Amino acid sequence: MAQRKIRVMVAKPGLDGHDRGARVLARCFREAGFEVIYTGCHQSPEQIATAAMQEDVDLVGLSCLSGAHRHLFPKVVELLREQGAEDIIVIGGGIIPDEDFKMLYNAGLKAIFTPGAPLATIVEWVRNHVVPRS
Amino acid sequence: MYFTEELLDQSREIMKKWEDEVRKIVSTVPDQKARWSTVSDLEIKRLYTPEDIKDMDFARDIGVPGEFPFLRGNQATGYRGRHWTFRMFSGMGTARDTNRRWRLLLREGQTGLSTAFDFPTLMGYDSDSPKARGECGKCGVAIDTLEDFLTLMDRIPMEQATTSMTINPPATVLWAMYCAVAELRGVPLSKIGGTIQNDMLKEFIAQKTLMCPPEPSVKLISDTVEFGAKYVPRWNTISISGYHIREAGSTAVQELAFTLRNGIEYVEDVIRRKGLDVDDFAQRLSFFFNSHIDFFEEICKMRAARRMWARIMRDRFKAKNPRSWWMRFHTQTAGCSLTAQQPYNNVVRTAIEALAAVLGGTQSLHTNSLDEVLCLPSEQAVEIALRTQQIIAEETGVANTIDPLAGSYFIESLTNKMEEAAWEYIHKIDDMGGMVAAIEKGFPQTEIADAAYAFQRQLEASEKIMVGVNKYTTARDQVIPRVGIDDSVEMEQIERLNAVRRKRSHQAVRRSLDDLRNACKKENNVMPYCIEAVKNLATVQEICDVYREAYGEYRDPGYY
Repeated sequence: MAQRKIRVMVAKPGLDGHDRGARVLARCFREAGFEVIYTGCHQSPEQIATAAMQEDVDLVGLSCLSGAHRHLFPKVVELLREQGAEDIIVIGGGIIPDEDFKMLYNAGLKAIFTPGAPLATIVEWVRNHVVPRS
Repeated sequence: MYFTEELLDQSREIMKKWEDEVRKIVSTVPDQKARWSTVSDLEIKRLYTPEDIKDMDFARDIGVPGEFPFLRGNQATGYRGRHWTFRMFSGMGTARDTNRRWRLLLREGQTGLSTAFDFPTLMGYDSDSPKARGECGKCGVAIDTLEDFLTLMDRIPMEQATTSMTINPPATVLWAMYCAVAELRGVPLSKIGGTIQNDMLKEFIAQKTLMCPPEPSVKLISDTVEFGAKYVPRWNTISISGYHIREAGSTAVQELAFTLRNGIEYVEDVIRRKGLDVDDFAQRLSFFFNSHIDFFEEICKMRAARRMWARIMRDRFKAKNPRSWWMRFHTQTAGCSLTAQQPYNNVVRTAIEALAAVLGGTQSLHTNSLDEVLCLPSEQAVEIALRTQQIIAEETGVANTIDPLAGSYFIESLTNKMEEAAWEYIHKIDDMGGMVAAIEKGFPQTEIADAAYAFQRQLEASEKIMVGVNKYTTARDQVIPRVGIDDSVEMEQIERLNAVRRKRSHQAVRRSLDDLRNACKKENNVMPYCIEAVKNLATVQEICDVYREAYGEYRDPGYY
């Protein structure tokens, strides 16, 4: 039986509307052969966690450029954990200062990609770290 | 015709010889690339000659500054009488923090103010809204009530400095606050000047600060245009913005086309809905463009924009006053061209982009700070950015003569090419039934997404170069100081908001919000009610909730 495709959700939490990176990444994931869901802007962490579970995704990629990632990213991980979906991998991207990396990794984020990260690197990371759930 | 047949024949002869020579050289030293194109992928030829602009007509297409079609500028004397306005976009933390930054910039020679609001304010939420968690003061100043606005305007001379406010869905509210502050200080509304961005159509296709659906959003804008035309004649009630369209990944042509088509939509709505004559308000429409790194493409885009708008206003809308034909615009250097890697290189990029804006004839300019890709601009970084403009204005001599590149085979040809390509888009959107209809179909959104993706692909294939990103990279980090906004700002701001809530008259707030609700229902102009509500210390969110309730809420459908 063919292996299921990797299912990813690209999500924009909070009020930030700078979605160029998220849109480009969503399209890149699609071209890489993943199944992609893009939430659009202005999703609350609750909406993102619920959608991720309903859509049964393997990975959630969060994008934020406003500086609110310190609050928003950990919240998504926490909500997934609370609902027993801790196996959904969460990664983040956007304008994230280096000094926040540790805090985000401690909160359960598995990777952080900042401006200039090549799309190929992100796709490769996903291929290496995500096994489609059966 | 620009050239005689004889001259063209001569030039074709010369070209033939040159092409033979080129073929010989290329056979031994091939070109570095097979195809050469601008940053937005417009193909560029090796050489431009009279042949490329032979169909131009000097009087019809080029002319002189201050005369139709205004290709060369609105003002007959260019920058000789006055430089462009140095208007640095700034806002951070609380109203007090931002006021401090404003006064620093004014001291250092900035000539106009420009406000960045934080995301909760931009989206019409109060600082204590659950949706605002973590955002307060981060990307701009937090404004909840008129009290904050009074602090923001502390010691700012409202009769002299003009203020630009980057505000869209809650534009009526923030403009109402500005008007209210003027009234409280005894400055007549007829004396205050400035700009509210107030361009919602580009929000749906690019920046995504959203509140109500497109149709009622345009209605609110027409309210401000009408109110301004009647009571605040020095105010630009809209800044029709291509900047964000470009930042979202569009090409220069798309930026030009979508911006102008949005402008057409607003003009049509004001005429239809308000019954105003186009000449009553056209002079208060302003524009906002991006100046990206491809030098000539940007200059040509700005020249084309001015000529196209003049043609639109005169020929499409039959405006009679020549000043209605002017496209007046502000420019910001391209945030998306800056790199987090080797951030000091951003000073160079910004200088080149600013130079393009000046050669394109901008009337107002913001130069980005070198650290803006990483954080809010530090005082030192913003000073370098301001000095960049001052050096261009005072030292380089580029402002000594008007539109110095006019008549260049390349410049005129590229200007024409951009104009033609932009008309094609405009006609396509006309055929769809206008911009609101096109947005509902997702047309501009997907066009921009295509362009953004194509550019990223070219970057990854090194067909386009970003120094320090995909070429000349180095392991050594350039370490720069970073400005951060402490999370304590949020607590402080919420306390201040609660203090205002405690002291205001709840009855007065309720009554003014009811009046506003009724005005929405009856399709009346909301501005007078909005001013009344802010004076009674209604919050940004309380007023915007009235709009959301009356007009519905719009959710980003997430085109990619």
